[in-house]
Amino acid sequence: MQLDLRGRSAYGDRAFRWIAYGAGALVLLILGLIALVMADRARPVIGEMGIDFFSSKRWSAPDGLYGALPFIWGTLYTAAIAVAISVPVSLGVALFVTQVAPRWLKKPMVYLIDLLAVVPSVVFGLWGVLVLSHQFGLGRSFLTAGIILGIMITPIITSLSREVIETTPASEKEAALALGATRWEMIRASVLPHSKGGLVGAVMLGLGRAMGETIAAALVIGSALGQVTLNAFASGNSMPAVIANEWGEADDLHKSALIALAVTLFVITIAVNLIATAIVQRSMKRSRGKTP
Amino acid sequence: MIAGEPLDLRARPNWRSVKNIAMTVLMGLAVVAVVIPLVAVVWSVVSRGAGIVFSAFPDFFTAEIPVVSRRAGPGMGPAILGTLLVTAGATLIAVPLGILGAVFLHEYGGTSAFAKLVRFMATVMTGVPSIVMGLFVYLTWTLKFGYSAFGGALALACLMLPVVIGSTEQMLRLVPANLREAAYALGTSKSRTILTVVLPAALPGIVSGSLLAVARAAGETAPLLFAVGAATAYNPNLFSGANTALSMQIFGNATSSFVAAQDRAWGAAFTLMLLAFLVTLTARLLFTRRSS
Repeated sequence: MQLDLRGRSAYGDRAFRWIAYGAGALVLLILGLIALVMADRARPVIGEMGIDFFSSKRWSAPDGLYGALPFIWGTLYTAAIAVAISVPVSLGVALFVTQVAPRWLKKPMVYLIDLLAVVPSVVFGLWGVLVLSHQFGLGRSFLTAGIILGIMITPIITSLSREVIETTPASEKEAALALGATRWEMIRASVLPHSKGGLVGAVMLGLGRAMGETIAAALVIGSALGQVTLNAFASGNSMPAVIANEWGEADDLHKSALIALAVTLFVITIAVNLIATAIVQRSMKRSRGKTP
Repeated sequence: MIAGEPLDLRARPNWRSVKNIAMTVLMGLAVVAVVIPLVAVVWSVVSRGAGIVFSAFPDFFTAEIPVVSRRAGPGMGPAILGTLLVTAGATLIAVPLGILGAVFLHEYGGTSAFAKLVRFMATVMTGVPSIVMGLFVYLTWTLKFGYSAFGGALALACLMLPVVIGSTEQMLRLVPANLREAAYALGTSKSRTILTVVLPAALPGIVSGSLLAVARAAGETAPLLFAVGAATAYNPNLFSGANTALSMQIFGNATSSFVAAQDRAWGAAFTLMLLAFLVTLTARLLFTRRSS
């Protein structure tokens, strides 16, 4: 067969290029559409409630009152509990895998932790509601939701921390060891200062995931109204859980209120994710620049 | 925990090594703390679910779901079919688009400002709460076209898209530049080079990354809640009519006070996890064979 180099395929080539560009632009399109469509549908309830939507504690569909403060509080509070539980554990595991574990143990351990990410969130919810809250007597509460969410965000915080920690240059670790530092002293003097930025970003990404997690929270948080309390054993509610539980029997204004909740959730999680992604990417770039 | 102060290596060696051992033990305990919930969840699902599934062996996988949820007896057939339909639909939409998006990012966009923006927003998009995706699809699709498995597939595809883009771009980065140059030297057009040289070289990694995304998507519940509707009978039509899925059945039955419904939830959880683990395992095997 003879080669034909006269550019017969120039059209196909250009078409393929535009298709690829289109696929890339699709990401921006979807994100933009989500913001636009949902903001539009949320307008009725914001017009009705005004700023009270964010500051009132009363949420009552029959009275047409929609104050989302307890749900915003529940989302932030359970996510905070989840992060408080997950961070020390994730950091410990990441350090163990990268600094302590023998080489042959690394891969199986990484697989094992990734398995945790494969368990569907509804299965965690089922386990939470029938085993954790029922058999262990924790009840349905902020704490139960926080524990379940903490378990669920551990794989992502662990794997991101592991990636960040592994960018520590060997020379910095060896320098500490050469001065006679023990392993823990080496971690504190070389590994942690080097990975600080990336670790903060990893934790924030975990926080974003915990705030957006719906089904597990909906099953174990208890669906109580008007709870703005620090009492972790109290039943409460979170934004995604309210949306999942109340959508079925909602009328128009009620639906608009639920969509407004989704917009609030979207804005908060996007903000957290933007900051976290920026932090992670910057710290990765910086550490890559350092290594020769 | 993260400290930048200078280390005092003159402290007494005993105390330092004790501290080192204590911290190492703590890191090991963190690993145990991760394994405990994983084992507990898997144990609950297997011990409660396997009995339900295998006591009515083929029936549990094939019979229709009882309309009255307090009635004991098997039946998750429609939900299994629904999960397969929704997941397959999502895969057919998200994987080709995601691969194209990654091709754009790595082969065309590179370090241009637009590509950087798309890459950044794709990472941010992985953090959009799944329930927000569900509502978005409800507002843009379900309101016009009614309940169908396809609506659920659309929502899952939105969730999978950024994940597939991310994992595929990483795989494209591993394809050596001299493969591309060899193709160009033969006069091959860029689109042809990508389709016949670059993508086949990266294929095992791309398939493995996509399968991991599929396994995650198969377990999602929140995006399906608004788009799929509720059915108890088989509905093999992807594009019209209410459908159901394993995850939705677990969610619906988890809070039921009837033991029969709870039993079906455990059986469905066992089936769903079996599916997710099988897909994940296939992905892992594909990838290990390639890298060894």
